[in-house]
Parts: sequence; structure tokens; C-alpha cells
Amino acid sequence: MNEPQDKSRRALMGKAVTAAAVAGAGMGVAAIAPGLHLIEVAGAAPRTAGEAASNTVRWGMLIDSTKCAKDCNACVTACNTENGLVEPIKDARQGSQWIRKIDLKDPKNGREHSLPMMCQHCANPPCVDVCPTGASMKRADGIVLVDRHICIGCRYCMMACPYKARSFVHQPLTTQNPEVPRGIGCVESCTFCVQRVDKGLKPACVEACPEGAMTFGDLNDPNSAIAQRIAREATTQVRADLKLNLGVRYQGI
Amino acid sequence: MKAAALALFLALTSACAFAGAPKPAIKIENPGQCIAPAEEMRKNHMEMLHHQRDRTMRQGIRGEKASLNECINCHASKTTGSVLGKEGFCQECHSYAAVKLDCWDCHQPKAGHAKAAGVKP
Repeated sequence: MNEPQDKSRRALMGKAVTAAAVAGAGMGVAAIAPGLHLIEVAGAAPRTAGEAASNTVRWGMLIDSTKCAKDCNACVTACNTENGLVEPIKDARQGSQWIRKIDLKDPKNGREHSLPMMCQHCANPPCVDVCPTGASMKRADGIVLVDRHICIGCRYCMMACPYKARSFVHQPLTTQNPEVPRGIGCVESCTFCVQRVDKGLKPACVEACPEGAMTFGDLNDPNSAIAQRIAREATTQVRADLKLNLGVRYQGI
Repeated sequence: MKAAALALFLALTSACAFAGAPKPAIKIENPGQCIAPAEEMRKNHMEMLHHQRDRTMRQGIRGEKASLNECINCHASKTTGSVLGKEGFCQECHSYAAVKLDCWDCHQPKAGHAKAAGVKP
């Protein structure tokens, strides 16, 4: 095959791949060639260097509590490992909980189920409303974070959160993950593993769940797996009466 | 007599000012590879990091030129692995200049500290 032919063939293949990728992107699956599919590792591609988080994206999570086993703690363990919540705490009551398992029982009929509870990443977060310094903040893509650089540790946000999602660090820490700075005197909570999401990965808990009970993705993208399931299936926001428009939705509660 | 005392005083003070003042013993592990010339880094590193931290934290901009983790990866002592401690790159100079460092209340001062790369590869 001579050079010009090779070039035109490559251009044609390039076009075909692009067209297939556009067609397949909606399903979370990109066709890289006929019959050959590349399943996307996460909900969206990582942002390039220098690109800010965009409000066209809203990160959310769907948790199917019917799949969540009562004695399973895999999401909590994965979170603690990923985010460096591993140091022994002098007073166990003061340990940080970015995600915790809750067992519920309906006393009327005895129905029991279990679910993970964490920061619900509200669209209208009370923690941000009450923060006196502006440290508690919502990023453009809907992830609610604490800017520890300006957090004064007043814990007002902990009082305001209806989900008891925030923790305060009481003692000096030394074993932080370099990508997850955290330390004494600041409030902290689930970040949706922002350091992973920015790389195009899923949060550690979602990846760790052995039952696949947690789905992470872009609520604003009608083609994402999470948005499609929310459109098709019944989902619940915890304390929906507060009208906080949560990023975390549940099924089976 | 007064003039002699003044002369002696001046001689002593100038000797101290120009000869006796100790300098911080900074050990640079990877010289010549910084993101800006040393003079600029000495003068402006805090500004660079301050603006970068706000952009990264609040706007979610990643991959900036100035990065505290990259400072640590390059400047951590090869013996202690840290930018703190007696010959630590950050602490040595900050102790000398009596400027409090509170980055390390939250940030990890050791290079090569095990990163949690998720639970599954």
C-alpha cells in the first residue's frame, strides 16, 4: 500500500471512529470499531489541565438500598482508605465519618434495610448558607466542599446539616493522602472523591461496592446511566420536604 | 573619647551586619529544575501557591503550574523524605525568617507518601 492511500484510509477510519463514538457516547459505551466497544470507566472524561469545573455537569449518586447488605461495610472502608481517615483517634466518638452505614427497621412491619449515608451534595446546601467565612462552598459541578484554607472550625455547618454528614477534626493528623489534605481544626465531609472525579474516576465507595448498589454520574446528562435510571425508576431524596434538591438519591427506602 | 566610642560601635555593628549574620542552610535536592528562577521563587512562591490553591479548591482547576504537591515531590529531603525537619526545605528557611508555616496542619509534607489509588486498580 502506498503512502497517499494509507493516509486516506486513516482519515476515513478516523471519521468512522468519531461517528461511532458519538453514536455510542450516549450509552456510556464508545464503539471504537465495528463490534469492538470501549466501556467508559467513569461518567465523564477527565477535565484537561487548566479547565474549571463546569455547571453544565451536576454530579450525583443513586444508591439502591435493596442491594445494600446489612453487614457490609465496603464503602466505608474504601472511603477511609482513599481519603486517609485511618489514624487512630483518642476518643472514638470524635472520629470522622465521611460515609456511614445506617440500618433501618420499620417497627410496624419489621422490614429491615441498610443504606450508606453521607453528604447529600444539596443544590441548596444549608451548610453553605450558614458558613460565616465562605469556607463551606458548592463547586460549579454541584460538589459541596469545605475550603479548609478559610474554615475557622466554628462547626455551624455541622449544626445546619440535616444529614449529620459533617465531622470535625479534633487532633493533629500526619498520614493524609497527598491529594486529600485534611487537618485539625477544620470541618470535613464527603467530597464525592473530588480528586478522583477530576481525573475521570468514580468515587472510591462506588468502585468498592460489591453489589453494584451505587451509581455515580452526571445528573444533567440525559444519556448518563444515573439520569436514565432516575427518569425511569422511582427514586427518593431523604427529607425531600426540605427542598434541598439532593445530589444523592436512594431507591428502596 | 566620644568619637572613639562611636567609631568602635560602628565598627562592631558593621562587622556583625556584613560578616556575622548566619544564613539558612538550605539543601536543594534537585537544583535548576524549578518552575521559575530562584529569585522569583524566593520572593513570590507564597503568592503563586495562594492563587493556585484558590483556583484549584474553588473552581476545580487542576494541573496548574504551581502546585504544593510538586514542591514537595521535588524538594523533600532525600534522607527524611520531608520538607520539614532540621534541614527540611520549607522549615529551614521559614524558621530563619520566623514565618509560621501552617500548610502542614493539613497537607502531607512527605514525598512519596502512599497515595490511595482507590480500592480496585
